[in-house]
This record gives sequence, structure tokens and C-alpha cells, in this order.
Amino acid sequence: MPGVKEKKLMRVFYLGKKYEEPLPLSYAEAVIEDKGIQGARLAEKDANKAGSFLGNTFELEEGVVPEDGDVVAKAKEALAAGQRFFLTDLEPDDLLAVADLPEAEDAIFMNIRSSATKLRQEECRQNVFHIAPDYAQRADAIAQYMIWKKWPRWFLIRRDTVEDQDYAEQVKRAAGRFGGKVVEDHLYNLPPGARNLDSGHQQIQKQMAEETQRAPEHDVVWVVNSDDDFGDYLAYRTYSPRPVVGTQGLQALAWDPSYTEYGAMRFQNALPKLANRNPVERDYLAWIAFRSLSDTLKNTGSVDPEEVKAYMLSDDFKLAAYKGQAMNFRDWDHQLRQPIILGGGPRVPVSTSPQEGFLHPKYVTDTLGFDKPESKCKFK
Amino acid sequence: MKRTNLAITCATTLFLGAAGVAHAETIFVSNEKDNTITVLDGDTMEVIKTIETARRPRGIILGPDFKELFVAAGDGDIIDVIDTNTLEITRQLESGPDPELMDVDPDGKIIYIANEDDSMVTIMDVASGDVLAEVPVGVEPEGMAVSPDNKYTAATSESTSMAHIIENASQQLVANVLVDSRPREAKWTKDGKELWVSSEVGGTVAVIDPETWEITKKITFEVPGVRPEQLQPVGMDFVKDGTLMMVPLGPSNRVAVIDTAKKEVVDYILVGQRPWHGEPSADGKSYYVANGLTNDMTIIDLDSLKATKSVPVGRLPWGVAVMPGKPGA
Repeated sequence: MPGVKEKKLMRVFYLGKKYEEPLPLSYAEAVIEDKGIQGARLAEKDANKAGSFLGNTFELEEGVVPEDGDVVAKAKEALAAGQRFFLTDLEPDDLLAVADLPEAEDAIFMNIRSSATKLRQEECRQNVFHIAPDYAQRADAIAQYMIWKKWPRWFLIRRDTVEDQDYAEQVKRAAGRFGGKVVEDHLYNLPPGARNLDSGHQQIQKQMAEETQRAPEHDVVWVVNSDDDFGDYLAYRTYSPRPVVGTQGLQALAWDPSYTEYGAMRFQNALPKLANRNPVERDYLAWIAFRSLSDTLKNTGSVDPEEVKAYMLSDDFKLAAYKGQAMNFRDWDHQLRQPIILGGGPRVPVSTSPQEGFLHPKYVTDTLGFDKPESKCKFK
Repeated sequence: MKRTNLAITCATTLFLGAAGVAHAETIFVSNEKDNTITVLDGDTMEVIKTIETARRPRGIILGPDFKELFVAAGDGDIIDVIDTNTLEITRQLESGPDPELMDVDPDGKIIYIANEDDSMVTIMDVASGDVLAEVPVGVEPEGMAVSPDNKYTAATSESTSMAHIIENASQQLVANVLVDSRPREAKWTKDGKELWVSSEVGGTVAVIDPETWEITKKITFEVPGVRPEQLQPVGMDFVKDGTLMMVPLGPSNRVAVIDTAKKEVVDYILVGQRPWHGEPSADGKSYYVANGLTNDMTIIDLDSLKATKSVPVGRLPWGVAVMPGKPGA
């Protein structure tokens, strides 16, 4: 058959840890235990389909340790077994511990979980690629839309976790970049509310009004609550009638449950066939991560980590992933350039950023997140 | 999206002989969001009828004798067959899941259907609706094109980024050609010596030599002031006796005009928003293109290469088919 090169096997390792996931605010919402891995499984299936025409095969191995498990030991084991391509479903400390292993120097780690900006900035690594949008991209995506709407005054309300501090910093940075203003940075200190509405709703109804009552004049409430334990209570309960954006309300997402543009229905339909549930953001990120690797083998015929890395950072790398434009990686911090969906709450997405009018000489998607001049990443 | 320019020319001539009316023709537009086909009178551009179809009609083609119109209804998992004389759905073909585009062989006997969700090409007998074969192809097959000599059928797979070549006699794959990201449509030149494939996300059109199944030329697009990622070739139609190729470029709101001999873009024509697919008029003088976001169809004059008029159609128009003559004539 013409076009067939030497047959290759690409092995991909899904490295994760069963961190405690925040409980959904509603009992009716199922707790999903297999976020991410299902997207990787679908990508393996897709890749083998394409590979069958070229003689390539793909093998996904799953290594998810329990919450108190040793992910570094698991990584060492996989590296010793010759694994070089990893999808990492890990929090920053675990990801760095793994990526800094001496034997991992020539491996590639695709971060499908963490939005921590330090992983793209001071703590960037030459062997780590970021599929997940970071908090800077997410904050900028919402900020651009707020500016487009002429809603520049933001009342920031948040908890004080490491994640929330990071996201809040990026909201302030976005305000500076795009001409918005954080009128107050307000810490929400009350303990998580009752999950039972019949006993808790009156309390919540009063609490949210009180928390937002003394805020300076603002156009929107920007909530930053990564633990997801109060943010959803804000909408329709604020003292003044204001839209809610951030980690709840209107959210900046790589994937939205109602997204259907640019062939996305295929992903919406294909994942439930495999997983018996609808796709979530991490499934989509895992799918992209796997696909970045499989596309590279398809186009280069190589499974050599150095060559794979070089191709993924080249101009030839053009990933199609249901966003209506080719995606690729920033060479200064290995962050995936991507349009960000503004959705999460309504039955259809509200918009996609970058917004019209936010311009960039090379990639408009570089108006979201850390552009080259702002990058603090120095690969060791 | 009709069989060959030759067939059109013959049919037009016959019709002119019979009725003596210049460019009498009927235009069909599939409306993805409305679940309808808009039927327009080509002389007046008035809507003659709106035909309700199964859910999410996209691909739309006429058989070589123009008696039947085939409509691929993706979410209905069915192909509606419309009698072009009565403008009624007369039967349905069990296409398999999620049909998107299709093509009919030159005899009008066999239809080749891309099952987008199923990674299959279904080969079906048009008259009986019997499935003759299912050929596994890459993920998300879309574009389908039977070669003029009926020897091969090309199927493009959007996620796998390949043009798969089926040998029609054996119903087996004989070649898989890697093209740029997200290939959407395939078209053969009239002489069958070139296979053209548009890659939406890759932003290129590849020209493939069916002797070797190698890409001999890649055509790229460039418009000053328009971001390169918006130049996304989707549909493709040969016009002007195959000397020009019209390529609707999706989010850039333009149709590119390619000189097929030089394989270079000679013009970009501004149309409505997000043009998907088009079709030349029966007399070959105009080109109709469906604009997905503005719910209209732009008419381009092929002599001047200017957009002359826009006609409102249904919601999210996707495909266009043109029949010489009028229904009931």
C-alpha cells in the first residue's frame, strides 16, 4: 500500500492519582471517578483506527495510584519499563516530582489536569507540555468578554486556597491588561454550606446577599472557588442583580457540556458509547494530549521522544480538536494555544474567546495567557 | 454536488430544446438546523417549497438522471429520497448511523455513504436500498467522491486526516493518503486524472495523482488582513468546464477561486458568513454557495467573479444541489 512507512508501536502511559475530588453541590449530580482516563481510551481507539491504515499501533497503559499511593515509584516503574510518553493527571507537586526524576529527562509529560501558572512560569520544565489551560488563559478569556460587554468593574469573591490565590492573581493581571478593575478582593470565610437545600437554602439565601451587600459598585461578581463549595450559591442570590463569572457561573473552559461547534458532536457522541457518561473537560484534555502524540507519529513516523518533541514544537504541528482552528504549542512555556469556551452554566455556550478586536501579530490565541514577553519560563 | 458537468450540459440542452426557456433550473438547499430543504426557482429565486426532512440534513445530491434527490439526515440516521417532480419524500434509505456526505456512481445505481459517527462507508443499491458492503475507514468519514470512470471512490476521514481510496469493483481499500488536518471534501477532475481534497483545519487543498496515490501539489490560501486560521477550505466545486475550482473558506466569509491548470488561487470573493458548500448553476454561468451563519445563499457570477445577490433560505444552510428544469415540467 503506498504511503506505508515502517510499522511503529507507540506506548502511552496514563499516570494519575486518586485525589479527593470536590463533592458536587447537589446530591443529584453523579460523582465522576474516571475523569480523563475515558478521553485517553477514546483517543487510543481513534489512534489505532488511523494507525491501522499506516501500520502503526498505540498502546495505552494506565497507572493510577490511590490517594496515599506513591506516584513517583509508579513513574519510575513505568520509565524503567521503557515508557516515554505520559499523560499526567497530577497536581503540581506530584507532576514536578515525576518530571524531575533523572531518568525522566528524555520523557514527555502531558499535563491534563493542573491550571497552576507556576508550572508555565518559574517552575516550567523542558519535558512537560500543558494541555490544560492555565488560570491566566482562563482569566483572560473571561476578562476579554467582560471588556467586550463593557462590564469592567469586577467584585472578586473567593476562598484562600493555593489554587484560588493563583486564579485571583490572574484576574488582577487580566484587569491590568485589558482595562478592567477589581473593585474589591473579598475573602469568603464561612464554612461550606449544607448540601441539603431543604435545611440550607434560607441560610444560603441570606448569606450570599450579606456577603455581596457591602461591595463597591461593580458590574459582575467574579467568584474564585476551586473547591466548589459556595460559588454556585451566588447566582440569583447576590444583593444587587449582577451576573456571576469565574469558577462558577460563566466559566472559561476547554470543554463545555453543551458545546457542539466544529464537529464537536462527534466527541459528545463518541465518549458516552465508551464511558456511559457525557464527556467532561479532563476527558477532552486527555484526548488532545494523546492525539498530539499520535498525530506526531502519523506525520513523522517517529516514536523517538526527541523527534516527537521537536515536531510538536514545530510550525508543522497543527492539531484539529473541534475548535475550528489548528492548535499548537507555545515554544516558550509549552502551553497549548487554544480557544476557550465561555460556558459551564447555560444550556448553550455564551461565547468563545479570544474575542473580536483583541489582536496579536502572530496567534490571536496568544492574547490569552502568558505571551512571550511576559514569560518567566527558563527551561533548564 | 452533482455527478458530472457533462451530464448537466446534456440535460440543460435537452431541456432548452423542450421548453425553450433560458436557465430554467431548480435549486435545493439543505438547512441543517431547520431540518428542511429549501426549494428555489432558479429564474425568480423565489421559494417554491420547503420540504421537511429527517433531523440534521446536510449532504444533498441529485442522481445522474435528476429524478431523485438524496438528502443525508445525520441525526435521523437516514437518507431521505425526494422525488424531484412532486417534491415529496417518496422513500428512505437505511444509510446506517450519521450519514453526512454521499456520492452516486455514474449509472445512478450505487450510492456511497459516509457514516460519520461509525467510521464506515456504506455501499448501497439505490433502487432496492440493500446494503452491498460496509468498508471500515478512518474516524469521522465525510467527503465522498466516485471517480468518473467508476473505478474508485474516495472517502475523507476528518479525524484520521486521510483520503481513503475504495476500489469499486472489489469494495476494498486500495490506498490511504495522508493529507492535512480535517479533510472535508473530495472531488475528481472530469478526466479522472486528479483527486482534489480540502483540509479544513490544515488550510490546504491537496491534489492527488491516482496513478501513484501521491500528493503532487498542495494549494494554500492567503488574504491580507484575514487571520490564516480563518482560511478553512470546506466545499469544492469545479466550474467553467473544470478550468476553475471554487472553494468556500468557512469563517473567512470568502470563496477562493483556483485556476486548476496553474493550481493557484486567482481570486477571493466575499460572500455571507461561514460558507459551507456550493454548486454551479445548470448553465454553468453562476455559482451558488450556502452561508451557514447568515442563513442565506450567495449567487456569484462566474464571468465577472463577483457576488451579485443573496437569497434567504433556512437556518444553517449547508449544501446546495441544482437541477435543470422545473418540478412538474
